Amino acid sequence: MAKVVFKIGDDVSTDTIYPGRFMATVLPSETPQYAFADSPEFNRLIREKKIEPGSVIVAGQNFGCGSSREQAASCLKGPDLVVVARGFARIFLQNSINLGLRTVICPEIEASEGDDLEVGLDSVTNRTRGKTFAVSPLPKARQAIVDAGGLIPYTRKLLLENK
Amino acid sequence: MGMTVVQKILAGASGRRDVSVGDVVEPRVDIAMSHENAALVINQFNEVFKDTGRTPKVWDPSKIVIIFDHRVPAESAKTATNQKKIRDFVQKQGIPNFHDVRGDEGGICHQVLPENGYIRPGSVVVGTDSHTTSHGALGAFSFGIGATEMAAVWTLGRVLNVEVPGTIRVTVGGRFPDGVAPKDLILYLIGKLTAEGANFRVIEFHGDAIRKLPTSGRITICNMTVEAGATSGIVPADEETERYLREEAGLSGPFDRVAPDPDAVYAEEVAVDVGALAPQVACPHTVDHVKPVGEVAGTKVDQIVIGSCTNGRFDDLETAARILRGKKIAKGVRMLVFPASWRIYKRALKEGILETLVDSGAVIVNPGCGCCLGVHQGALGDGEVALSTTNRNFKGRMGNPNAEVYLCSPATAAASSVTGAITDPRKVG
Ligand code: SF4
Repeated sequence: MAKVVFKIGDDVSTDTIYPGRFMATVLPSETPQYAFADSPEFNRLIREKKIEPGSVIVAGQNFGCGSSREQAASCLKGPDLVVVARGFARIFLQNSINLGLRTVICPEIEASEGDDLEVGLDSVTNRTRGKTFAVSPLPKARQAIVDAGGLIPYTRKLLLENK
Repeated sequence: MGMTVVQKILAGASGRRDVSVGDVVEPRVDIAMSHENAALVINQFNEVFKDTGRTPKVWDPSKIVIIFDHRVPAESAKTATNQKKIRDFVQKQGIPNFHDVRGDEGGICHQVLPENGYIRPGSVVVGTDSHTTSHGALGAFSFGIGATEMAAVWTLGRVLNVEVPGTIRVTVGGRFPDGVAPKDLILYLIGKLTAEGANFRVIEFHGDAIRKLPTSGRITICNMTVEAGATSGIVPADEETERYLREEAGLSGPFDRVAPDPDAVYAEEVAVDVGALAPQVACPHTVDHVKPVGEVAGTKVDQIVIGSCTNGRFDDLETAARILRGKKIAKGVRMLVFPASWRIYKRALKEGILETLVDSGAVIVNPGCGCCLGVHQGALGDGEVALSTTNRNFKGRMGNPNAEVYLCSPATAAASSVTGAITDPRKVG
């Protein structure tokens, strides 16, 4: 079971997830401190490490639109958050998969902060509301990277196979 | 079955006769561009080689282009150190195409790439920047990727696991009325498609109005296709493309003009008549919140910005200077101008355009991303309003989440700087 720790609407841009003014910070070990920096309460929870691993951000359509900055994915991967959204923007989705941030496409999801979710491969169940919502499978090209544990190990394997 | 332009390019780059939408391919990369975020790419690239017993070596140094633009000159010790790390890497790997911080060349990556002849029609271009879509203006398939994905490209020379995207065909007819620019067309289109309307798709541009448009305007349009979620925009190469490549980018042919098959299948078709278009403004805080200028005219502004990879080209500055010649920027308004490259800067300097703008009260900022992303220069104060020719108005974009950004064309920006409020450029003589 995982708690919804943050709920946010449609078209959340990478400027909201990781504001441009912190872009000089790039290392995945350092980016979480600026995650959602302009949403001070949620940012404080992350900075003070008050978030249980596997906790969920619930979002609307087109989560992660805007810039290609990978910090927007690494800053959520650090605290081991899971993003359940009605839809994702392309580059953000790809970055998340490459870094191993768990992203779940759940077009009908209904949940509020504090709800308990069970996030499965085919469906998400909101235990608090007693409702289950279908999950759209990842584009198949991406699943291979997830299965390899991210793009770095995937690329390393191809490099060693001289492919 | 017929193929769209991007299908043809992807088939060619993957060594296949044809590809269908949804096929997974691994296209060879012709140009791989990064800016300051190369610091992270280097980090991830070294990770790939960790414990393999091999020395990190990029697949082909001549195909990698690195351009400093996001924070130039460095605004902090951290950025300066990142830039130093990238310089060392460039030297060690023997990467010849490096554009450092200097006034005799360089500028914003999406201007430096086309004007230096890095982009050829029919090629595959990737960049660690979402506005890499810009280069579709020259008939290339060009799209943004993340830093880790770029590390894979540096290692293997191809993009792993690309799904062939569907294509939206946009046909633009009519003639641009006076005071209406390519920026107004793309803002209008984003408003119509919405911020996610083209997600995971490519927008292919056709029609008279596009054919007659110089490359500069085509770059503006392709630049912003990502604001509708598109993987890229593309204008099939034509005479104008070849003129640009020869006269402005210094290339010699032959050029590969990739055109769609007559029976290509499109995910969606959209027709727009620019003859009926008014100047458009994108209102806070999303790019698809677009209105005709008349609906927001009179909104007071504190800062006006003309520049960026979207609208910092010579014709954009020239338009602004034409409107501002002999006039003053309204009291209480500050205007920042940042040309897209040093080549543009120098031409505008020689032709007196910068002088006209400075005489009106504008501040000229060095080419680079500067105020566009608000890390470096031109940040907004709490409660302030900006009107800008850049491409994003997300909350916090100009360095302050408690400020508002409106987006418009250079003509609208210049006209508004005279009155101090959003103004229809057709109403300023
Ligand atoms: S000018 Fe703005 S949009 Fe263009 S590359 Fe720089 S930061 Fe990105």
